[in-house]
Amino acid sequence: MAQQAIVGEKVGMTQVWAEDNRIVPVTVLRVEPARVVQVKTTERDGYTALQVTYGHKDAKKLSKPEAGHFAKAGVAPGRRLVELRLESVDGFAVGQEITVDMLVKGQKVDVTAVSRGKGTAGVMKRHNFKGQGASHGNHKHHRAPGSIGSCSYPGRVLKGLKMAGHMGNEQVTTMNLEIVEADLERGLLLIKGSVPGPNGGVVIVRNAVKGK
Amino acid sequence: MKSTDLVDNQYIRTDIPAFGPGDEVKVHVKVIEGNKERIQIFQGNVIGIHGSGVAETYKVRKVSYGVGVERTFPMHTPTVAKVEVVRRGDVRRAKLYYLRDRTGKAAKIKEKRDR
Repeated sequence: MAQQAIVGEKVGMTQVWAEDNRIVPVTVLRVEPARVVQVKTTERDGYTALQVTYGHKDAKKLSKPEAGHFAKAGVAPGRRLVELRLESVDGFAVGQEITVDMLVKGQKVDVTAVSRGKGTAGVMKRHNFKGQGASHGNHKHHRAPGSIGSCSYPGRVLKGLKMAGHMGNEQVTTMNLEIVEADLERGLLLIKGSVPGPNGGVVIVRNAVKGK
Repeated sequence: MKSTDLVDNQYIRTDIPAFGPGDEVKVHVKVIEGNKERIQIFQGNVIGIHGSGVAETYKVRKVSYGVGVERTFPMHTPTVAKVEVVRRGDVRRAKLYYLRDRTGKAAKIKEKRDR
């Protein structure tokens, strides 16, 4: 499990120039300082995590349970409560701020977000099936999956067969993305390549658990 | 106004003159040989501008020893020292790809006359 984690919001994609004057495609994340609201420990909660909040939320707009939760921690209310699972929470205390500068340029990170919802999708879009021919007498079966099984043995459709259905709007993690820039002053994090989810979506960035 | 302007604005170059399709330009390209840097000039007609903002590019076509050569430059790349506009062209379309099929006098672009 990761040792470092931070939460941000996706701004969009653009490009920057690296030192060798090559264009690098980047995703811009807005990462505001995160305040620890609760420290979850193995003894009390069964796992280790930090519950953090970021940004600002009007105290009048909080529900009573939320207001109580923030008041107990003595932390100014933020826009969202996000849980960051960590290997160890030693050295973290309630009220502590986590900032983007803990990540350094060139570091590899794993990025987790909820992907864009695609609704009900056919097999070609959802599972990259090939579909069927456009011609040779094909009639209204251009994007159909084809055969979904055998005959009287087994006499049923096997479990887990790839079929059409709901696609997207699920948690996706992209691993081993490179940090291009971590700017504390502007609260920006530039990550090479694409990041799951729509612009404005919540993104959790953790140090890479695999790879070099 | 794009959401990523915060990052893009620091890369936008303001020293590039305004030019459009049909214009003849001199692009001063920085070339690194070994550890020495020198300037190489690529002169030709702009045959198209693609994209916008920090990702904008332009395509320059010239005929070199009878062979057509096209290069695409990012508008805001640091590898271009400067761009000079040599001549304004009078053209009626945004992409001048028809020049590829023409040679000699037919491939000439009329000069723009200000009235």
